Order: sequence, then structure tokens, then C-alpha cells
Amino acid sequence: MSIAVKFFASLREQVGKADVSVESQSVSSVREVWDLASGGQSMPANTLMAVNMDYVEATHPVTDGDEVAFFPPVTGG
Amino acid sequence: MTVEIRAVDFDPYQEVSHYQRETLQAAGKYGATAVFVGSMRDFNEGDDVRAMTLEHYPGMTEQYLEKISLEARQRWDLIDSLIIHRVGEVYPSDAIVVVAVWSAHRGAAFEASRYLMEELKSRAPFWKKETLTEGSRWVEKNTAG
Repeated sequence: MSIAVKFFASLREQVGKADVSVESQSVSSVREVWDLASGGQSMPANTLMAVNMDYVEATHPVTDGDEVAFFPPVTGG
Repeated sequence: MTVEIRAVDFDPYQEVSHYQRETLQAAGKYGATAVFVGSMRDFNEGDDVRAMTLEHYPGMTEQYLEKISLEARQRWDLIDSLIIHRVGEVYPSDAIVVVAVWSAHRGAAFEASRYLMEELKSRAPFWKKETLTEGSRWVEKNTAG
């Protein structure tokens, strides 16, 4: 199973990368994608998550080919 | 219903005027146009801010702004709406966002423009990094309004 992972803004700087590809047979939730893609870093409590560009919770399931994104609270406008 | 992300400086008043003239096929139909312009301040939390870098999530940002534009049209009786938002390097007094809403009567235009701005500020994936006199910092959250 292959998951494309994106980090934005301060989380990109914290994790040290913008794009990661996670290859794993056992990953089942967004939370587990974070653990693998971030190299086991702790996830800030206010982290927002999206699967295929829709907001989700950390328990949301992932499937092959998904794009998963992690980012801090938004500050546009 | 139009959503645009711009990487270069724009004049929000010219954009609204141009859109109304060239795209909005509704002459004589609208009696109210509400326009909100957000621009860059040169201060934040007691510090001088020299510039700001605006980042977004290409694809999701546009999709989210289209979603709230559609929701606004479902909630209020609107003729059209326009959202333009900057990304990239911005400087004090540059426009960051313009939201314009056209409707037959003022209530819908006022309420829908407020709704669009509040939804944009709370959920649209944009992030600001401020350049201060010394160093830079991410803006951690938007003010309550």
C-alpha cells in the first residue's frame, strides 16, 4: 500500500520534509500514517488532517493511493 | 461563483469592478454588492512586521473555497460571489483577500460575505509566516475577529 504524505507550514519545518511516500501493508489510520511519515515524532495537539483534501480525524482509515496531509491551524485571510 | 489564488499583487477594487463588468451577467438584477478586503498590517502582537509569506495547499484550498461558496449560495439568495486570495510574499498594505457577494437585497450580501470570510479564516488551508525586524515566525492562530 502506498500513501502520499504532505506536511505544511510549521509542521513541514518540524518534521523536516514536505512530501513523503509511505509504503506499508499494515498502516490503517491517519494517525499511523503520521507515526511512519514523521519518524515517530509526537503530533502537536492542534494538528489538522486531511485525506484526499477533505478534513478528517486521526482515526480515519486510509487506503492505497490516498493523499494524507498534516498541517497546523490555518491563518489565511 | 469564482475562486482564485493569486501569486502576485492585485488591486481588489479593480478586480471587483472588472468581474462585475465582464463576468457577472446580471445587470439590473442585483441591488446589493458587499465587498470585504483584507490587507496586510505592519504590526502584530506588539512587533513590527516587514513582510509575510503566505502558503497554501494547492488543490485543497481552492476546493475548500469552492465548497463554502456553494454553501453560501444554498443558504442565501445570491446572484454570484468572488473570492481572490494571495499567496507568496506580501508587504504592508498589500491586499491579502477580497470577498465580493452580489444579491438582490442587502441582507443576503452582508450575511453571506461575513460567512465566507469567517469560514475562510477558520478552515481554508492558508498559513502566514511573518518577517520581523529580526527573524521570522509562523502566525499560530487567527484572531477572533
